[in-house]
Amino acid sequence: MSETTDLIRDMAEKLFGDTCDKSVLAAAEKGEFQTGLWKEVTDAGLSGALLPESAGGSDLSIEDALAALRISASRAAPVPLAETMLAGWLAGSALAVPEGPLTIAPASNSSSIALKKTGAGWRLEGVGKRVPFARNAAAILVLAEADGANMVARVDPKACAISEGRNLAMEPRDDVTFACDLGAGDVAPAGNNVNLETLRAFGAAMRANQIAGALSRTLEITLQYANERVQFGKPIGKFQAVQHNLAMLAAHSAAANAAADMASEAAANGMNLLPIAAAKARCGEAASIGAGIAHQTHGAIGFTREHMLHYLTKRLWSWRDEFGKESDWSLIIGRAAAKAGPKKLWSDIVTA
Amino acid sequence: MTNLTFAPPPPNTEATEKLRAEVRAFLNVELAGMTARQRAQSWSGRNPAFSKKMAEKGWIGMTWPKQYGGHERSALERYVVLEEMLAAGAPVAAHWIADRQSAPSILRYGTQEQKDFFVPKIARGELFFCIGMSEPDSGSDLAATRTRATAVEGGFKVNGTKVWTSGAHVSHYMILFCRTDAKSDDRHGGVSQFIVDMKTPGIKVSPIVDLSHEHHFNEVVFEDVFLPASAMLGNQGDGWKQVTGELAYERSGPDRFLSTFTLLIEGFAMLQEAVDDRAAIALGRIIAHLMTLRRMSRSIAGMLQRGEDPAVHAAIVKELGTSLEQEMVEVLRLIVDAEPDATSSNPYVAVLAHTIMHAPSFSLRGGTREILRGMIARGLGLR
Ligand SMILES: Cc1cc2nc3c(=O)[nH]c(=O)nc-3n(C[C@H](O)[C@H](O)[C@H](O)COP(=O)(O)OP(=O)(O)OC[C@H]3O[C@@H](n4cnc5c(N)ncnc54)[C@H](O)[C@@H]3O)c2cc1C
Repeated sequence: MSETTDLIRDMAEKLFGDTCDKSVLAAAEKGEFQTGLWKEVTDAGLSGALLPESAGGSDLSIEDALAALRISASRAAPVPLAETMLAGWLAGSALAVPEGPLTIAPASNSSSIALKKTGAGWRLEGVGKRVPFARNAAAILVLAEADGANMVARVDPKACAISEGRNLAMEPRDDVTFACDLGAGDVAPAGNNVNLETLRAFGAAMRANQIAGALSRTLEITLQYANERVQFGKPIGKFQAVQHNLAMLAAHSAAANAAADMASEAAANGMNLLPIAAAKARCGEAASIGAGIAHQTHGAIGFTREHMLHYLTKRLWSWRDEFGKESDWSLIIGRAAAKAGPKKLWSDIVTA
Repeated sequence: MTNLTFAPPPPNTEATEKLRAEVRAFLNVELAGMTARQRAQSWSGRNPAFSKKMAEKGWIGMTWPKQYGGHERSALERYVVLEEMLAAGAPVAAHWIADRQSAPSILRYGTQEQKDFFVPKIARGELFFCIGMSEPDSGSDLAATRTRATAVEGGFKVNGTKVWTSGAHVSHYMILFCRTDAKSDDRHGGVSQFIVDMKTPGIKVSPIVDLSHEHHFNEVVFEDVFLPASAMLGNQGDGWKQVTGELAYERSGPDRFLSTFTLLIEGFAMLQEAVDDRAAIALGRIIAHLMTLRRMSRSIAGMLQRGEDPAVHAAIVKELGTSLEQEMVEVLRLIVDAEPDATSSNPYVAVLAHTIMHAPSFSLRGGTREILRGMIARGLGLR
C-alpha cells in the first residue's frame, strides 16, 4: 500500500465520516442535491480524481480513486462521485468539462444513442436510459460510435428532455432523450481503450467497490446493534443462530471486498474484463445475502425510516443491478469459458 | 476495525510462473493415465510413488528450512504447487497431511531430535502422517477427548479410541491429541500431543467403509500402548494451543475450494456442444466465485509468509469454499442432462456420483460448518 493511498483513504474516511449524517441522507432522499457535501468532495480533489491535472483534475491512480469511492459508499454518500469520476475518465484531456457534478451515458444497456457527423458539427439522437443524476449534472459525457470510431460528446442536460426516475435509494436515475446539434468542439475521439465495453466494465468496477464499501459498513452497524439489543436477558449477538448469520455477513463482506480489490486492479490494468465481470457478479450476490442478514438481525427497527440501515441496504439492492447484474456478468464469463473450452478453464482462471 | 479484510495477495513473480509451468509439465506426464473418476478423488487420492516423485522435485516441505530437508521457498510458491496439483486432480493424499500440518507442527513445537528425525524424511516423501483428534464421544468438542496417556516409567501408557482417522492404515505416524492430566477448571487444560509410531504394539487399526464403499478412514484403538517420553510433541499440557495451531494449517489451503474442480471440468465438457445462456450463466457464476476465493486464499498465503495467524481468515475461506463445492453439484445437476452413476464409463456421470456422495464431508472434516461460523463470530468479537 503506497503512502498516497493511505493519505487518500484517511482523508476520505474523515470527509465522509464527518459529513454523511442522517440529515444529509434524508434530505438527499427527498430529492435535494447535496451541494455542501459535493463542494467538500470537490475541494478534496475527489470529483476530479480521474481527470488529468492539465484539465484541472487531481489525476489519481484508478486504484486510489476506487478506494476513495468505496469509502464514500460506506457512508452512503448521496452524491454522484462514481459518475463524475467516470465522466472525467471519458473526457480525459480531449474535452474540457464544466465545474460541478457530471454523469455519463450510456449507463444502461437498454439505451440507444446515435452520433452522426453533420456539416460543421455533430448530431446526437436517442435515449440514454437510467442516467445517474442527469437532472443535477453540469454535463453528460456521452460515449458513442460514429463511423466505427469511439467518440465522446459533452452534452448540456438542459438541452435534453429528461424523464425523471430513481433507484431504490432515491438516487436520480433519469431517462435522457437526446436530440441535439453539437459543435465541433463538443465532440472528441475517445481515449485509448475507451469504448462501450470498457465504459460498462469501469462502471461495474465502480459499483463493485461501492457494494464492498456499503457492505463493510452494514456489517459494522449490524454487529454494533447485535451487541446492544437485549432480548431474553442478553444481547442478541450472544445467540448462536444470530452469531452464525453474522459470520456469514462477515464472510460475504470479506468476499465482496476481495472481489472489489480484484476489480480495481483489473481496471487499473487495462480494464481487464474477466476479473471485473467476476467481481461485479460476486459483489452482487454478496449484496443480496448481506442486506438480508442485516435486516433480519435488526428486526423491525431496521425496517423504519428513522434507522440508518436502509440508506445502505437500498443502495446495495440498487447497485447490484446497475452496470450489469450478476446474470449479465456471469453470462460474459461463461461464454468466454465456453469459447475457450474446459481444458483451458484452469489456466484462464489463473491468468485472468 | 471489526471487518475481516483480506490484504491483496503477493503478486505472481517470474519465479512463481516458471514454477507453475514446471508443475504443469510434470503433471502432464505423470497424470496421463488417470481417469476422471480417479482425479475426482482430489486430495483423498493416494499414490505413494507419486508422492515420492513430488518430493524429488522439491515440492514437499517447500517452505521449511533447508536444514531439515526443506526448500526455503515462499508461501506463494508453495501455493502455486498446491493449486496446480488440486486443479489437475493429482493423487497427493499420501503426503498431504504431513506436508500440510504434521511437519509444520513438529517444526514449531518439536524437540531438536524430533525435527532432525522426522522432517527430512517427510520432505523426502518417505513418512506419511495421520491426524488423531476425533473420538467416538469427542468430535466438534475436541476438548472432551477421553483417550488418556498416563505417566509410567520412561514415558506414557495410552488407552482410548480415535475414530474417522483418514489414512491411519497407510500412515507411518499419527499426531495424537489426548488427555495427560486430570480435568481442571480450564476445560482446555490437561491435554497434550504425541508423535506416535503406528507400528507400536497395542495399536489396532480397523477400516471404516464410507457411504461410497471406499475405505479412507479408520478406527484406531489404543490398548496399553507404551510411548517413550521422547514421543511427546511440545510441552505437556499445551495440547490445546498446539492443536489449534495445527487446525489453522489444516484449514488454510486451497484444498477447501478446489476439491471438486474435476466435476466442474467434466460437467463443462459434457455441455460443450451446447453451452446455452442458462448454462453459461451458471458456469460463469461458479467461475466468479472461484476467482474470488482464489484471491482470498492467496491472500492467506501472504499472511503465512508474513508470519500472521490466519485462523479466522481460513475459517472464512473454508466456509465459503466448501459451500461452493457443495453447491457446484446442485448447479451442474440442473444444467447437464445426466443421472449420476458411479459405475458409468462416462467420466462426468461417474464423477458426479462420486462428488454427490463425498459432498457431505466437505463441511464436516477439518471442523464443521457450525464450528467455523462460531470461530468467525469469535473473530468478530461476538463470543
Ligand atoms: C471424510 C472425513 C475424514 C475425516 N478425517 C479425520 C481425521 O483424519 N482425523 C480426525 O481426527 N478426524 C477426522 N474426521 C472427523 C471430523 O473432524 C469430525 O467429523 C468433525 O470434527 C465433527 O465431529 P463429529 O463427526 O463427531 O460431529 P459432532 O461434533 O457430533 O457434530 C454433529 C453436528 O452437530 C453440530 N455441532 C456440534 N457442536 C456444535 C456446537 N457447539 N454448536 C453448533 N453445532 C454443533 C456439528 O456442526 C454437526 O453438524 C473426518 C471426518 C470426515 C467426514
